[in-house]
Amino acid sequence: MQSLVLSTWRYRYFILSSIKVEFRGRFIRSRLGGLWIVIHPLVQAAIFALILGQLLSGRLPDMADNRLAYPIYLLAGTLGWSLFSEIISRCLTVFIDNANLLKKLVFPRTCLPLIVSGSALVNNTLLFAAIVLIFLLLGFVPGVHLVWIPVLTLINLGLSLGLGLILGTLNVFMRDIGQVVPIVLQLGFWFTPIVYSPNILPEQIARLLQLNPMYWIIQGYQNAILYNQPPSWTALGVISAIAIVLLVLSLVIFRRANSEIVDVL
Amino acid sequence: MTQPVLQVSNVSKAYRQYSSELARVLNWFGLSTKPATETWVLQNVSFEIAAGEAVGIVGQNGAGKSTLLKLITGTQRPTEGTIAVNGRIAAILELGMGFNPEFTGRQNVYHSAGLMGFSKSEIDSVVAEVEDFAEIGDYFDQPVCTYSSGMQMRVAFSVVTAFRPEILIVDEALSVGDAYFQHKSFSKIREFQEKGTTLLIVSHDRGAIQGLCDRAILLNHGTVIRDADPESVIDYYNALIAEKENSKTETRKLESGKIQTISGSGEARVIDTALLNANKEVVEFINVGEIVTLSIKVKAEKYLPKLALGYMIKDHLGQTMYGTNTWHTQQVMHDVECDSIIIYNIKFLANLGPGTYSVSTALVSSDTHLVDNYEWRDLACVFSVTNVDKIHFSGSSWLQPNIEIETHLQTV
Repeated sequence: MQSLVLSTWRYRYFILSSIKVEFRGRFIRSRLGGLWIVIHPLVQAAIFALILGQLLSGRLPDMADNRLAYPIYLLAGTLGWSLFSEIISRCLTVFIDNANLLKKLVFPRTCLPLIVSGSALVNNTLLFAAIVLIFLLLGFVPGVHLVWIPVLTLINLGLSLGLGLILGTLNVFMRDIGQVVPIVLQLGFWFTPIVYSPNILPEQIARLLQLNPMYWIIQGYQNAILYNQPPSWTALGVISAIAIVLLVLSLVIFRRANSEIVDVL
Repeated sequence: MTQPVLQVSNVSKAYRQYSSELARVLNWFGLSTKPATETWVLQNVSFEIAAGEAVGIVGQNGAGKSTLLKLITGTQRPTEGTIAVNGRIAAILELGMGFNPEFTGRQNVYHSAGLMGFSKSEIDSVVAEVEDFAEIGDYFDQPVCTYSSGMQMRVAFSVVTAFRPEILIVDEALSVGDAYFQHKSFSKIREFQEKGTTLLIVSHDRGAIQGLCDRAILLNHGTVIRDADPESVIDYYNALIAEKENSKTETRKLESGKIQTISGSGEARVIDTALLNANKEVVEFINVGEIVTLSIKVKAEKYLPKLALGYMIKDHLGQTMYGTNTWHTQQVMHDVECDSIIIYNIKFLANLGPGTYSVSTALVSSDTHLVDNYEWRDLACVFSVTNVDKIHFSGSSWLQPNIEIETHLQTV
C-alpha cells in the first residue's frame, strides 16, 4: 500500500503532464478548443429549459414567481451529473483505451484513474466557471452556500471513481459491461431529479428514488446553488461511506485482477 | 562477487482461460474454480545476470522470448516463481509508445520521459542532449505527425536512452532507421555497457548476438535448453531449427574445450576435413595471404538425388568470415550412389587477419540447410593464421594496401 502511494507520487509529473496534454489536445486544430467542454452540457441544459421550462418552472417549491429558477435548477443538476457520468464512462474504458501502454510499459497503474479524475475535474471546474458567469449575466447572485460545491464535488468524485473502476476492471474481461453501462447511465439520468423536481412525483416513487445516492448529491448541488441551503449531511455522510467502501473494493478487485488484465488485453 | 542485477528463479507463466469470465472473477476472491484451459508458455525458467553482462536471448517464434521479456520488464506477472530486478529497466522494444502525433517532438519527449517516471527537472536536464542525439533539426519543434517514421524512431530512441538504465532490453526493432543512426545507436548501447549497464538482446541475427553478447540463452518451448557462450548456443540453435524427423542433434566436447554440434539426417557425412598447403601437406598454422586448399571428404550413406556442400569460415567469436556452397557455384551433384566417397578440394587465398578460425560444413540438397539437411557440422576443422611476412595490421581481413603520399607546400 505504501509502495503504491510512493510509486504514484514518483509519477506525479507524468500525471500532471498527461492531464495537461489531454487539455491542450482539445485546442489543436479546433478554434473553440476548451469551450466545447462547456458547450455540450450548456446546450443540453438549454434544450431542457426550452422544452420543459413552461411545464416545470412553476413546480419548483418556493420559486413559483422566479422566472430564472428552472434554468438555474437545471444547470446545478447538470454540473453534478456531468462529473459523475464523465468519470464513470471514462473509467469504464480506461484500461481498454490504454491497452497499448499497459502491454508495453511499466508504470503505476493507479496513474490512469488519477489522470481521468484530474482531467474530469478540470472540465468540471470550467463548466462551473461558465455556469457562474451565466448566472451573473442573468443577474442571479448565488448565496454563501455555494462554498459546499467543492465538498459535493469530492464526494461525487469518490462515488463515481469507485464505481467506475470496478466496472472498468470487469469490463476488461466482460465487454458486455461496456455496452450496458451507458444505457444504465441514461436511465440513471432520468431516475435522478435533474430536469424535474422530486415533489412532482407520487410519494412512493419519490421514496424509491431516494435509494439512488445521486439523488442526494444532485440535491446538494441544487440546494447550494439555487436554494442557498446546506446539503443534507446525514444522507451525504452515508454516501461518503458508500464511496469509501466502493473505492476500497475497487482497489481490492483491481489488485486481484491486475496480473490478468494485461494477459487478456 | 557482485550482486546479480537480474535474478529469474523458477519462473513459469500460464495464460488461463475460464469456462466463463464469471468463474475468473470468483477465482480472485478465493472461490476455487478451475480454469478451463491453461497454456504454459514458460516453465521453470531460471538464470542470473550480473551487472555489465550482455546476454542474448534466442529461440524460435513462440519459444517464449517475448513473454520472458514482458515478465522481466514487469508488464506481466509470472504465474509461478519470482523475478528480482536490481535497478531500472529500459526497453528499446517499445519505441515511440505514447507519442501523441499532434504534439511536437519536444513535448513528446517530456511526456514519454514522464511515462518512464522522471520528473520535470530531471527531463529539463537531458532534453538538449536528446535533441542533439536525435539530429532532426528544426523538426524537433514540429508536430510528430509531420515526421517520417525514421525521424520518429530517432526521437524515440533518444528518449529511451537519455538516462542510463541498469538493464537495457534491445529488440530486433533496432534494425529500423538508416545505417548512420543504426551505428550511432549501437555505439550508444556499447557506451552504456562499458559504464556497467546489463544488456538483454533478443534477435535472430547471429551477428548481433555474437557481436554484442558474451553469453546467450536458448529458449525452446518455454524452457531454457542452453545457457552458455554465444557461439555454441547459436550453433545449437541453428542445428535445432534444421532438426527434422529422423534427424538428431548431437553435441560433443572437443579436446580444445569447445563444444561441437553435429546435426542432420545423416544421409551423407563429412568423414574428414583438412587444410592443405601448397605442398599438399596438412597444416594447422598458415601465413596471412597463403594459398591453401580446404579438403573435405564426404561419404553418402544412401542414394541421394542431389548433394551440395556448404562451408563457412568463422573467427573465434563465431562471426562468419566467408561462406558459400556448391549450389551457388552451380556444382550440385546429382544421383549420388550409396557408399560413394566425394572429395571436395577448395583452393583459396587465406587473406585473413591473424587469429584462430574454424570451418563449419553443411551437406544439403539445395542452398539452405533448412530443407534436406543431411549433416551440419561445426568446428569440422580449426586452423590459425599468423602474420609471418606482411606489414603489421589489425582486423580479420588482409586488404593489401598501396599507400601513396603526396606533399604540397601551401602557397598563400
